[in-house]
Amino acid sequence: MKRFWIYVSIALILAGLVAIGFFGGRFVVYLSMRVLILSIFALGYNLLLGRTGLLSFGHAAFYAGGAYGLGLFSIHVATNPLLGIIAGVALACMMALIIGFFCVRHTEIYFAMLTLAFGMMVFSLIWNLRDVTGGDDGLVGIVRAPISLGIATIPISKATHYYFFVLFCFLLTVALVYRIRRSPFGLVLAGVRENDRRVEFAGLSVRNYRLAAFVISGSFAGLAGTLGALLESNTNPFSAHWSHSAEPILVSLIGGIQTFAGPIVGSALFIVLREVIERFTQNWMLWFGLILLAIIMGLRGGVVGGLAQLFRSEKCPAPPSGGAR
Amino acid sequence: MLESIVHVCLAGLSTGMFIWLVASGLTLIFGVLGVLNFAHGSFYMLGAYFCYTLLSLMGDNFWLGLLLGPICVCVVGFAVERYFLRYVYHLALPYQLLLTFAFVLLFDDLVKMIWGAGSIGSPTVPGLSGSIPILGRHFPVYSLFIIGVGPLVAIGMWALLEKTWWGRIIRAASSDREMASAIGVRVPTLFTAVFMFGAWLGAMGGGLAVPYVGLLTPGMGESIIIEAFVVAVIGGLGSLKGAFLGALIIGLLSAFGTRFIPTFDMFLTFILMAAVLLWRPQGLFGEAA
Repeated sequence: MKRFWIYVSIALILAGLVAIGFFGGRFVVYLSMRVLILSIFALGYNLLLGRTGLLSFGHAAFYAGGAYGLGLFSIHVATNPLLGIIAGVALACMMALIIGFFCVRHTEIYFAMLTLAFGMMVFSLIWNLRDVTGGDDGLVGIVRAPISLGIATIPISKATHYYFFVLFCFLLTVALVYRIRRSPFGLVLAGVRENDRRVEFAGLSVRNYRLAAFVISGSFAGLAGTLGALLESNTNPFSAHWSHSAEPILVSLIGGIQTFAGPIVGSALFIVLREVIERFTQNWMLWFGLILLAIIMGLRGGVVGGLAQLFRSEKCPAPPSGGAR
Repeated sequence: MLESIVHVCLAGLSTGMFIWLVASGLTLIFGVLGVLNFAHGSFYMLGAYFCYTLLSLMGDNFWLGLLLGPICVCVVGFAVERYFLRYVYHLALPYQLLLTFAFVLLFDDLVKMIWGAGSIGSPTVPGLSGSIPILGRHFPVYSLFIIGVGPLVAIGMWALLEKTWWGRIIRAASSDREMASAIGVRVPTLFTAVFMFGAWLGAMGGGLAVPYVGLLTPGMGESIIIEAFVVAVIGGLGSLKGAFLGALIIGLLSAFGTRFIPTFDMFLTFILMAAVLLWRPQGLFGEAA
């Protein structure tokens, strides 16, 4: 019975997402794309934060890696977006592998500070290597050329067409992250979070599992970055800044870091609330800070965690903290 | 060439001492409470704005503003610790960090609401404005003043922590919370007091920054907090001596970097931070745990 309602709600959400593509106005479509892209970023990120219990302040670097990888590829090599996305994700993946190799030597605060340092290194390179990255202007004039698959070409230059492409990538991410979480690999990650020493005693290399989670989440950040660059048709150096790394953390926290849907719900709330609040006041950060305070002080399972607890018949409190031992 | 190097050194020293003023409070709070306080940059910003407002209210008396402004921020620090931070000490790291981050967002917008989103030009300090010639080139007097204040604050904090009854209690609570409370130290009250003192130090940094930076902007706390993080990490998280020396290193490094390799100036700072974290996580001057 409960499973039935879950399927119904998933079908309704899917129908709604498709309907936005067909009937939504320009602004709604644009906003939905931003929600989907942030969701991809946060879903991947939460594999690291919620699942493995590591707090990274450097994932904006991988987002920027994806964006600049795609931008440079489409400007200098070929404009085919699919190849550009592959190039961007590959670059982000490589960066995550190199940076992660060093970062997973530590945990907790030292890990957070290391990722911050590496992320800011990437930011300073993007900021200062003006000849390659365009410095503070970023890369401009990234075109959304049609995707050519050999047998067919799909035009994505119109916003609604591109929306369906982003939606496809989003669904792909959801499926992949769901599979990863359910796999033995995903369970080991949860084991690393709950008790790394036991995982070590089981004969598994905690460091390699942490690195794998880091690289996977970095690659999804890169995917989000490529899609974001195609959406805005430019890249922004501040997408590599540490304050951008805070975004997936915040939306995961709002939605609930111990839930699968948390990052998605959090992204939708984050972007829609921001638009609504900015309609009325200039001070969306103030309201956002208050929401964040309320979540940390009172609703640590996030919105999804709180709702789940509300609907659950038998009371079974969600674990209050991620990464705690 | 020599005078050029001397001037770069002086600029580096003043930058370093300035970062030290901010990093000292951050390091003290981390050392005792174990919380890395993102909102420390906000205390710095609030300190600058409070000092600015108070000094313009009281007939441009810089010293009176510097005396009263940080005390106001102290009260803010009290509210943050007593009513919020106290309830998350037992939680995982993300919650603690993000709680302080929430205050960054809050204070940034509050400052925008009260003082406006634009930047405010700041007054000069009578007696410390202008510049004096050193080896044939002019150097701002106020920067020399900052170079003098930094070590004074360091000596003051050393004396407070090592030579007074208060300092002994703080050190006891930071090395073993439970044992300290067992022998009768009221640890929660002590934590509030230390947090307030840390906030006061950050606000002092902000107040002293008013004439130094020249412009007050609502985002001014966010750039300084990362520099303070770097300094705190290089010196070893929680070590005041380390933070002082770390601030000197970062100040000189960035001064020489700006002078000789401007492209990689910021990069150098962060590569040093990463290198220290990887090879000496206890800090360049900390003892191994």
